[in-house]
Amino acid sequence: MIYIILTLTLLLLMIASAVYAIWQKDLLYAVIASGILSLFLSIVFLILQAPDVALTEAAIGVALTTIIFIIAIRNTVRFEDEHDKKKVKTTTK
Amino acid sequence: MKKVIVLISLGILGFYLIDIFLGIGFGVQHFTAGVKDLYLSNSKDTLKVSNVVTAIVVNFRGFDTLGEVTVLFLASTALGGILYKKRHHVGERSVLFPASRVVMSGAKLLFPSIVLLGAYVFIHGHLSPGGGFQGGTIIATGFLLMLLTYRNYSVSHNRLVYFESLAGILFVSIGLVGYFSKGSFLENVLPVGNMNELFSGGVIGIIYIAVGFKVAAELTGIIYTVLHEKD
Repeated sequence: MIYIILTLTLLLLMIASAVYAIWQKDLLYAVIASGILSLFLSIVFLILQAPDVALTEAAIGVALTTIIFIIAIRNTVRFEDEHDKKKVKTTTK
Repeated sequence: MKKVIVLISLGILGFYLIDIFLGIGFGVQHFTAGVKDLYLSNSKDTLKVSNVVTAIVVNFRGFDTLGEVTVLFLASTALGGILYKKRHHVGERSVLFPASRVVMSGAKLLFPSIVLLGAYVFIHGHLSPGGGFQGGTIIATGFLLMLLTYRNYSVSHNRLVYFESLAGILFVSIGLVGYFSKGSFLENVLPVGNMNELFSGGVIGIIYIAVGFKVAAELTGIIYTVLHEKD
C-alpha cells in the first residue's frame, strides 16, 4: 500500500515538473525541471525493481542530458522569446 | 499518377502494419512460453551469474551489445568530425558562471570518488545492478564536473581515442577467441567459477570492463568537444 502511494506521489511530481518545464520561459529553469523529472523517474524505476535502468536514468537523464542542454543554452539564448525579439528588431530595421 | 502510386504503397504498408498489430494479441499471456526459463536456468546453472540482466546483455545477446557500442562509437565520431577543431593552444574556456572556491575544492574532493564509483559499478557488473554503460557514464560525469569547474582543465584527446580503440579491439578479439575455440561469436571461453564471487561469470567481467572504458572515453570526448565549440 505504501509503495502505491509513493509511486503515485512520484508520478504526480513528475507531471508537475514537466508542466513547469513547459510553462517556464527561462530555459535554464526549464532544463533543471526536466532533470528533476528524470530524478523522480529513476526512483520510480527503483520501486518497480529495475535497478539497472534506474542507474542509467540517474547518470544519463539527470547529469549528462541536463549539462548538454545547459551548454546549448550557454551558446545560444537563455530566455524563450529572446530570439524572436531579436528577429523582430532586425526585420523592422 | 504519382499520388495513386503513393496511395497504393501506403495502403499496402498500412495493411501489413494492421496485420502485424492484430497478430501481436494484446492482453494474451505470452510469458509462459519462450526462452525465459532457459535464460534463467542457464544464467544460474551453467554461467553462474547472479545478475540475470547482465548475463543476457553480455553473453546471450552479446552481439546486440557490440552493435550498441558501435552505434555510440559512430555518434561520437560523427560529432567529433563535425565539431572538433585541432588547436595548438587550448586556453581557458568561457563559462556561464565562474566557479567559487568552495565549488573548486569540492570538485577536487569528489572527482576521485566518482571515478571509483564508476569503476566499482562496471567491475561488479555481474554481481550487482549496473554494468559497463552505467559505470562509463558515471566516470564521464566525473570528468564533466572537472571540466565545468576548472576553466583550463583539459583531457588529452589522443589518449581518449587510444583507450576507446583498445577497448573496442579487446571486445571484438574476445568474441573472435570464442568463435575460433568454441564455434560461436562471444562464446564463453574462461572458467565460470563460483556464484557471487568477483572472479566468476567467465568473459562477462572482462567485456564489461572494456565496455566501461569505451563508454567513458566516448562520452568524455563528446562533452569535451561540445564544451570547446564556439570559444
